[in-house]
Amino acid sequence: MIANEHITFDELEQVIQLVNKVHGFDFFEYSRASLKRRVTRIMGLKKLNLFDLKGLLINDENFFEIFLKEITVNVTEMFRDPEFFKSVRDNVLPYLASFQHIKIWNAGCSTGEEVYSYAILLQEQGLYERSMLYGTDINSDVLEEAKTGIYDLKKMKLYSENYRETGIRRSLANFYTAQYDAAAINHNLKSKTLFSIHNLVSDGVFNEFQLISCRNVLIYFALNLQQKVMQLFYDSLQPLGFLCLGSKECLRNETISKRFKVIDKKFNIYQKIA
Amino acid sequence: MLDINPDIEKKISQAKVLMVGCSAGGFALLHDLIVHLPENFPLAVVVIIHRSRKYESSLEKILTAKGSIPVRLAEDKDILMPGNVYFAPADYHLLLEPDYSFTLDFSEPVHFCRPSIDVTFQSVSDVAGSKAIGVLLSGANQDGAFGIKYIGENGGLTVVQDPKEAEVNTMPESAIKLSVVDMILKNDELFNLLDEIYRIKEVVISSNKS
Repeated sequence: MIANEHITFDELEQVIQLVNKVHGFDFFEYSRASLKRRVTRIMGLKKLNLFDLKGLLINDENFFEIFLKEITVNVTEMFRDPEFFKSVRDNVLPYLASFQHIKIWNAGCSTGEEVYSYAILLQEQGLYERSMLYGTDINSDVLEEAKTGIYDLKKMKLYSENYRETGIRRSLANFYTAQYDAAAINHNLKSKTLFSIHNLVSDGVFNEFQLISCRNVLIYFALNLQQKVMQLFYDSLQPLGFLCLGSKECLRNETISKRFKVIDKKFNIYQKIA
Repeated sequence: MLDINPDIEKKISQAKVLMVGCSAGGFALLHDLIVHLPENFPLAVVVIIHRSRKYESSLEKILTAKGSIPVRLAEDKDILMPGNVYFAPADYHLLLEPDYSFTLDFSEPVHFCRPSIDVTFQSVSDVAGSKAIGVLLSGANQDGAFGIKYIGENGGLTVVQDPKEAEVNTMPESAIKLSVVDMILKNDELFNLLDEIYRIKEVVISSNKS
């Protein structure tokens, strides 16, 4: 027998329907393989069968917050793909330096590590004071963590390594304070950051940006939704603004891709040109 | 010769996807198996090896050049096609959608591994059920053991490298301990299995035509 927590794709559809009816969240165009894994995982963690899960989704408001956090992937790092950040530093920041204000949107920012990575790059290059960084996610819990900017000290080892690999002879320790087993991002790196709820499926343009970064989020969306979100990014970018995607995500749709110039093919950095 | 009983023959005749999981000590054998695959191999082949994200690898290019069928890194939303070998990219889990397209997933490592063999074995088994074959080779941890069990429970064919022939036997041994597998094969028998798959599927395909 397969463990109780196992659900079929049909049962998964029931859960998606229910979440939509009761909570208004639309997961219809999310990757089923990933959702199935995440839902199975939460059922295992909480020892729920399908019947219990549905009951909780209907009756327990607090459970839904947990559910939402668990079914979306919230794994992130500071300076994940160091070479990507090197490329941003070398190819994008000199360009952004010519703008009077630099507004950056990190869509699907989870616990905020990437927002602070950009903040550090900007500060390093003397651009931070005229920048504003927006981190958005559909999950309020992770945004609360992002706002505090306090991370497990153990993770800082990897993050420091990542930072060094971006090719700078500076230590990440300059940007945080260690206390007991926690690392707190320096206060001034938080002064220009703003975290708020935004749902890429249902929310629209909320500002105009010079750089939008959305990495390892689109892989969880079906193709249609990917295209819709690309259009949203296009509409949210200032002319000559930059779009950064994950290393496994690229602009596929031709109508969109011909409005962008490829800045870094390997790391999927694009500039809006038309 | 391989002992292919009617149950195994039936499983092979309906198979669509062949998965191979491999870690420490398994690469040389994996290399030879892939090079051995004939042109027009009737199944899609999905390979999960534990690899570091720190190093660029041209594995896929080398294997394509040496072998008879295309070998590539699985990309997000690629549709799984027979006669192709897909490697899980470093640092992502590889999942399969009900329409047989891939999804890459950056969630937590499993058994400290991303890609994890268990994750892909389960995901492909969810979609392909009895049409999946799972092969587990040499490796130093327990990744893949649960995946093999899962494939078996869904009616797929489960194959494990004989631990006596594996360079590092933890992985195959864990799988054999966790569930009853269909076949435990010596290295040369693994090559025979590929030939048998080709032969059995040929019969199925030609009988469908006539």
